[in-house]
Amino acid sequence: MSQLSFTAGTTPHSRGRQRKDAAFKWICSFAALLAAVILVCVLVKIFSDGADRVDLQFLKGKASELFPEKAGILPALAGSAWIIGLTILISVPIGVGSAIYLEEFSYKRNKLTDIIEINIANLSGVPSIIYGLLGLAVFSTMLGMGNGILVGGLTMTLLVLPMVILVSREALKAVPNTMREGALALGATRWQMIIKTVIPAALPGILTGLILSVSRAIGEVAPLIVVGAVGFVTFMPESLGDDYTVLPLQIFDWARRPQEEFQQAAAAGSLVLLAALLLLNSVAIIIRSRAQKKQKA
Amino acid sequence: MKLTNYFLAAAAAAVLAGGCGNGSSSSAGSSLSGDVKIDGSGTVYPIGAALTELVAEEFPRLRISVGASGTGAGFKKFIAGETDISNASRPIKDGEIDSLSEKGIEFIEIPIAFDGLTVIVNPGNSWVDSLTVEQLNKIWDKDSTVSLWSDVDPSFPNAEINLYGPTSAHGTYEYFNEAVNGDAENTRQDYSQSAEYNALIQGVSSDENALGYIGFAYVESNKDKIKILGIDSGSGPIKPTSETIQSGTYSPLSRPLLMYVRADALDKPQVAGFLDYALNNADAAVEAAKYVPLPKSTYGLALERIHNKVTGSVIKDAEPGEPLDSILK
Repeated sequence: MSQLSFTAGTTPHSRGRQRKDAAFKWICSFAALLAAVILVCVLVKIFSDGADRVDLQFLKGKASELFPEKAGILPALAGSAWIIGLTILISVPIGVGSAIYLEEFSYKRNKLTDIIEINIANLSGVPSIIYGLLGLAVFSTMLGMGNGILVGGLTMTLLVLPMVILVSREALKAVPNTMREGALALGATRWQMIIKTVIPAALPGILTGLILSVSRAIGEVAPLIVVGAVGFVTFMPESLGDDYTVLPLQIFDWARRPQEEFQQAAAAGSLVLLAALLLLNSVAIIIRSRAQKKQKA
Repeated sequence: MKLTNYFLAAAAAAVLAGGCGNGSSSSAGSSLSGDVKIDGSGTVYPIGAALTELVAEEFPRLRISVGASGTGAGFKKFIAGETDISNASRPIKDGEIDSLSEKGIEFIEIPIAFDGLTVIVNPGNSWVDSLTVEQLNKIWDKDSTVSLWSDVDPSFPNAEINLYGPTSAHGTYEYFNEAVNGDAENTRQDYSQSAEYNALIQGVSSDENALGYIGFAYVESNKDKIKILGIDSGSGPIKPTSETIQSGTYSPLSRPLLMYVRADALDKPQVAGFLDYALNNADAAVEAAKYVPLPKSTYGLALERIHNKVTGSVIKDAEPGEPLDSILK
């Protein structure tokens, strides 16, 4: 920043300092540029390989082994939609519920809240494959739920839950205490205060965090492979026990094949996945900026 | 409370789904329906998927799923009773047979296609067109002292030899070691390993001193990136082609890919119907998946084993390169 750099005397000592300053600036800009260049390279490669393949036929076509040039992603899209839908349905009540407990009810720290907090903080750093193994051991084997969509959704819930709790807590924390006190002063019960005052104020923050956590789940495939996502299905998933495949798994499967057509399909699938993620992230940004405007007004 | 309702509903649905998952409504004849669950080898997976697509065109009400969790992981599911058919790129192991018999599960073993392990070098390699099995052994044995091309044959250049091959998770790895070095686990470890053939091809195509081996399915679409070596097992060098692999002259590096069928799953008309149609029309599917179909007679023998419910493994103890028809009879 130019306004911070003022010219001191030109002693040998200060020249050395200024040289360091300039070098540091260059190293940092190089790092930033490198990240951008790599991203652009990836995008250009996927676009040039896959853009031609993305059309309606690709989106609503079934996977095909006999006709690689006609292979589509409909079953994979449907599988991804089921998994994400289930993940949202299960993780929102549990995640937001525990965030409310931790922020609104456990105002005195005790052993229990400490244990819960440490656990959540650590869980958010656990590699995703571990959640797959956990899901396999608990849902598939111990509870005997097999390896259908429901187990996939539950396993993904494990994966996103720590993040959902963390972001929900941050959103609740950001609600000024004066609002709580105001509500309580007017005779509201704790339940009324949370539902009518705190949650509405925290909602944009919660939603933003939720969308970002869910978009992580869309790209994840390692835990799903462990709990039984399959490669090729002839049918659309219809119920919670059905076998399924998901978009990133379909992309991975195509990318490792010899046929040129499958390589293109993999690139095209990546484009669709990227578009979905971009869409979700823009929704998150829009929600956030609206909320900020409202708060300013 | 609304929130708990969601969760209870999900839990109830789970119980329901678990309860109905295995129930399969089925009616024989042209309108087959019900579930067929296939899992196992990633190498065999494209064949399974192609067969499935073929069968699904004929019987659209069948609900078939094909997984690719790997031969070993597939057998685990097969042993747990989760699948009807387990694809395998290597014969079943004794331990797996024991686990199956503990559970009272009988299986029928059928070959479905050939894979030819293909030895490749860089297209810029001008000094070698074929290798003998002894030379391959000299290069790949775990006590190998080969580090230069000239160590293999004094007429080769005095350049370092860079080896590329699959990881131990691959059935290809075990079969190659058994055929070349005499034991599935006997191999040197100081080579560039990758679970992905595309990565091996990438490596060999950018390294003039490279030598590697890959599955036959990847040869055709990469012809300009790699050079394929002939293999001499005593009667002159033979290159892997559909013909030499199918006829068994490309020996000992051609291997059968296998399917293991749960014997009592054949009581389900949809599984029996699937196999019937699949084995009668396997050629097209196997070729689409870029593998080599078995001779017609072998598919006939496989179908016989299904119809007569001949259980147990015969391929497990066969020598690499032994003709399938004589093993199956």
